[in-house]
Formats: sequence, C-alpha cells, structure tokens
Amino acid sequence: MIKNIYNLGDAALYCDFGDTVNKETNLKVINYFNDIREKNITGIKNIAPSYNKLIIYFDLELTSYKKIKDIVQNLNISTFKAAKTKLVKIPVCFDDEFALDLERVEKKAGITKKEIINQLIAQKYFCYMTGFIAGMPFLGDIKEKIRLDRLETPRVKVPKGSVGITEQFCNIYTFESPGGWNIIGNSPKKIFTKDPTKLTLIDPGDEVEFFEISKKEYSKFNEQK
Amino acid sequence: MSKNSFKVLRPGINTTFQDLGRDNLYHVGLPFSGAIDKRNFLIANSLITNKEDDAVLEFAYQGPLLEFSGNQTSIVITGNVNFKIIKKNNSEIKGECYRTYNLNNKDCLDIISTEKSVYGYLSVKGGFQINKFCNSYSTTVRAEVGPNDGKKIEIGQTIILNAVDSAIEKSLEYLNSKIEFIRVIKGTNFDYFSEDSIKDFTSKDFIVSKLTDRMGMRLSGPKIKNLKKTNIKSEGLGKGVIQVPADGDPIVMLSDHGTIGGYPKIAVVISADYDKLAQCPPGEKIKFKIVNLTEAENLYKIYIMETKNIINKIR
Repeated sequence: MIKNIYNLGDAALYCDFGDTVNKETNLKVINYFNDIREKNITGIKNIAPSYNKLIIYFDLELTSYKKIKDIVQNLNISTFKAAKTKLVKIPVCFDDEFALDLERVEKKAGITKKEIINQLIAQKYFCYMTGFIAGMPFLGDIKEKIRLDRLETPRVKVPKGSVGITEQFCNIYTFESPGGWNIIGNSPKKIFTKDPTKLTLIDPGDEVEFFEISKKEYSKFNEQK
Repeated sequence: MSKNSFKVLRPGINTTFQDLGRDNLYHVGLPFSGAIDKRNFLIANSLITNKEDDAVLEFAYQGPLLEFSGNQTSIVITGNVNFKIIKKNNSEIKGECYRTYNLNNKDCLDIISTEKSVYGYLSVKGGFQINKFCNSYSTTVRAEVGPNDGKKIEIGQTIILNAVDSAIEKSLEYLNSKIEFIRVIKGTNFDYFSEDSIKDFTSKDFIVSKLTDRMGMRLSGPKIKNLKKTNIKSEGLGKGVIQVPADGDPIVMLSDHGTIGGYPKIAVVISADYDKLAQCPPGEKIKFKIVNLTEAENLYKIYIMETKNIINKIR
C-alpha cells in the first residue's frame, strides 16, 4: 500500500503512496490516516494526509524515526472501510463582484460564463484533503473544459470565501490568504467553524456539491463578514 | 478586591499568547504554532515556577508596554531583551533577562526590544486568565484561533492574571549562544537541484530577508536552481522544512506555517537547531550544513540535556 517511507527531517515520517493523484490512492491515504489516529500510537503528535502522501510527525523526545517506521510498516490496515463520509452542499454566488477571474477562465477555456458555472455546479466533488489554511478543502475533479493553470502572478490577498479552480481541482478560501487559483465565485458559508467538536464542515473523503445563489441571497446568508 | 491585571499601553509588533503548541490538527489545516524558541519558553516558566506548559506572552522585535494593577505579581523575561520597569514613583529599573522581578500596583513593564534576535518571552507567576482552544494556549493568528479570540495583543485591552500569593525570587546565569552552522537533513526533493546549487546551499551565506514572520522565513543568497520541476503535488509541510519555489530563494517553514505546500523540499532544519535559526533577525547571515539522521537524533538528545542542565542551574 505505502510505496516508500522516508524521513522528513528528524521528527517526521514521509509515506509515499505513489505518483498518481486519484480518488483510489487518496482513499488509501485517508484509511491509513484514520487508522493511525484511532490506534493512538505513543509519540505520534500530528498526521498530515494529502493527495498521495501521509506525513506523520512524532515527538523526538519520546520515540524515533526507526520505531515509528517499524510500527507503520507492520500496521494491518483494512483495504476497504465503510467510510463515515457525508455530502456537503455549498452555496456560491458568481456575481462579477466575487468572480475575479471568470473573464480569464472564459478566454482560456473558450466558453461563456454561464457554461463555466454550469460545468462547476453540474457534479459532486471528492474532498482529497484540507489544509494550507485552516479548513481549506481541496476538491476534485472538475470537468476537463474548465481546467487551467494557476495565475502567473499569485494574488497577495484572496478574499475570504473565494471559490477557486486550477488544474483538476477546486477549493474554497476559508480565510483571506495569498493564493494563485482562478477565482470564479464566493461562498458565504462558514467552512472552518472553530467549534472544537467539529472544526470543519468538509473533511477528507466527503462529497461536496455547489449550488448557485444570487447576490441578494448571499447578503442574507450573513454568516461571515 | 480587583483582580491582578495588565493594561496594554502599547501592544508591540507581534505579541501573542503561546505555549508548547497544539497537536493533532494538521489534517484540518492548523499548524503546531506554540512558542518559537522552545528553550527560552521552558526557561521562562521554570524561573517563575509555573507549570512547564503554562502560557507566556511571546513578543517579536518591539515588545509591549504593560501597566500592572493589583497587589503584586512576579514576572520574568527570557531571550535577549532590552526592557525596564517604571515604578509608580517614576524611578526606573533596568531589566535583566533570566531574573524575576516583583511588580506593585501601577508599576509599568516596558519591553523595549529584542536585541540581535527576534523573539522574547514574558512569564507571569500563576499565568494568565485565558482559555485553551483544542488543548492549547497557543494563538494561531491566521486561523483566528487560540486565546484573545485568536488575535495579537491590542492596545487598550486588559489582560487578567491568575491570582498569586507569594513573590518569587529566582535567577539564572545564561547567555543565548549563536552557532556557526544551521544543521539540516536532506529533503525529500534534494535531487531536484543542480550540483552547483547544492554546493552553494551548503557553503555560501544566506541572508534572512524582511519577509519573515511566525509563518516562515524567506532567505536570499545564491539562487537555488531546480533541474526537475518547480512544483510538486501539494503535500504536508512541517516546521523547519525548507522549500524552494521557482524563483530560487529558499523559504523555511516556521511554527505558524501553511500546512500544505507544493514547492520542492531541499532540506529540513534539525530539531536541535530550530530555535536558533528562528531567532535570526532579518539581515543576519546563516550557513547550512548537512548532517545525517543519526547525527540529528544525537544532537537533539544533547539539546534536551543542555536545556535540563540550564534549568537545573536556576537559583
């Protein structure tokens, strides 16, 4: 399952699940993540799952790379687990005020704004991982027609709530942040809740669906500043 | 009787509550955070006889100006810090780090600046009256979590202290030393970079740039040339990881770093040298030296032992 394990510095294990980024590989990563968390292994301080990697941080005072590597290599991880995932529906306003790069996408993709929006809201997405900034979901895969590269020059400040696309992925900027994704809308929904019992609305493995709301509905939502 | 408190007359540049950091939340995008200079954090709490993981105020460059209200309290400052205590009668006491002081009603603590370093720590006997978020007193400003609503300390606010009954008198002879090299372990993308660049990375000076904060430290120096690809599939990051974006200037991840990144990782700072690297102010020159995992593990054992020895010398 894990193709290779390396050390990342002296206090982390870098588990490589292979080069391809797809749902199948990512589900393996998420399975490992959930299993290791449940096992409460002494010395493990933090685990960061991503598309095809799992990085395990440990307390160098309590344990070592070799010890944790032995444990992880000998884990009996079930290949299939009934996932405790859910479907999350996210409202997005595509008004020109928020859709900072919709024109750019229009030009690059050669289709109209309406078509771009329809392409985005036509399907469900899989959440590969959350992070970079607190709660930011990395979702995929978007339709081929609307795939494009990052901005040549990233923005210093992407507004909170921005919905962005790049390559095969889309995401939501849960906080104001620097970033280079193509911004095509904004969601008033609070994704990072700060409720310790349920910090994020969207977890890795979840399904996400976007639906369009008007500017008036957006203002009514009023969940964030 | 009113509670012991500080009124913030000047907040300083980046003053936040911190402790040993917050575990187990990388997967939602929250980094460890916590006091950047762990050794000075631990010494501060030991000197004031608080619990090891009690919250302190961490400040960077310019610290806060605080007016104390209440009966009396004991404080200590660690790091390389220029500070003074202005008594109620306007007489001034020049502060020495690693020595406790007692403050009386209406005394002011003026933390003027850190010297040839970045971070300093203020620990108060009994600690602050603040709440933990997910088991930690650390503030992560970018995600707006932690004490003080996840914010830096602001002008005019009141910081409530836990009540204490006894005055503390402790001190320690200690000097923060510099090291010749910042030691690193090869990163997972080490082989992406040209031979010449690797030579530069391990022999030439790098300068800490002004683009440095609790999230990361941007370096300038010889450009690191990538021969393979300048973007990798986004993946986890950790503190001390050195990424090299397309422009060739390395970025070291510090305690509040973004949890996911897509630039190749050339190296990782060893745990034993993290405090010392993070304390280098903009303009300071640093040199990297590659060590292997076993050496790094041994150096960390020495770091832990040294820290214990320092704390044992408190009188």
